[in-house]
Amino acid sequence: MLITCPYCGPRDVSEFAYQGDGNRNRPDPASTDLVAWNAYVYDRLNPAGAHNEIWQHAGGCRAHLAVVRDTLTHEILSVRFAREKGAPAHGRRKSGAKA
Amino acid sequence: MVEQLSPLAAAFRPGSHGNFVDGVGVTLSEMAPGSIVQVAAWPGEEKKLIAAISSITGLKLADGAGAGAVSERHTVFGFAPGKFLVTDTAEGLASTLASAVTPATGSVTDLSHGRTAIRVAGQKSEWVLAKLFAVDFSLVAFPQGSGISTAHHDIFAQIQRSSPDRFDLYVFRSFARSFWKMLCHASDEVGYEVR
Ligand SMILES: [Zn+2]
Repeated sequence: MLITCPYCGPRDVSEFAYQGDGNRNRPDPASTDLVAWNAYVYDRLNPAGAHNEIWQHAGGCRAHLAVVRDTLTHEILSVRFAREKGAPAHGRRKSGAKA
Repeated sequence: MVEQLSPLAAAFRPGSHGNFVDGVGVTLSEMAPGSIVQVAAWPGEEKKLIAAISSITGLKLADGAGAGAVSERHTVFGFAPGKFLVTDTAEGLASTLASAVTPATGSVTDLSHGRTAIRVAGQKSEWVLAKLFAVDFSLVAFPQGSGISTAHHDIFAQIQRSSPDRFDLYVFRSFARSFWKMLCHASDEVGYEVR
């Protein structure tokens, strides 16, 4: 499985650390809404198909990445920096072509 | 000035080793620069940081992931978004950089004693490194001057291509000797010279 890091380019999955489901939205830390916290901690979609995930390029540039992975085929459908909400998929460094 | 001690110690054995009857495939050496410094920019301050690095090292950095440059005295390359590794054959680079990089621009971390710089040179260097790292080392994907961050198992490594047939590897000093031994094993097949 290859993940194309927006900074580093295509790298083996062994360089990445899975940081969990990317669909979670943490409730306000001051909130005491038990239902919301229960959902945040336990509720998972577990889809057979495209899944939003957070990965860290721990053995590389160490950036946190928002990855869409197909859980049936392991195909990586898109990658962007986790901090860039809404940024276009994939970055500057592509295999075989880099400034 | 304190005398530098190599962490490679007795594992550094100058001379030709391995299968060198048909010629030496790679030359392995320890670079031992006086300074190895990591500089990082706050988001949005990257251009200011690059300008500061350029003014001190005299090296021009292209805009782009992993871009870098090399001179007789200095090396520079980006290894992560907004982060660069800068070296100097002389000591004292960290304080020079710290005076040019204000706290509003970014941070300066002196890694001179924390990293060991190992040079792999020769026509078989791509071949040997490809055994250790799952990275494309071809000149097209990994142009001269550019750098990358990667890992061999859990030994983190930063690698810069300082010429078409030459790579400079920066590894943790505490792991340098075991990494060096592994590099020697990987080079055995093509014949290697340590100098
Ligand atoms: Zn990366």
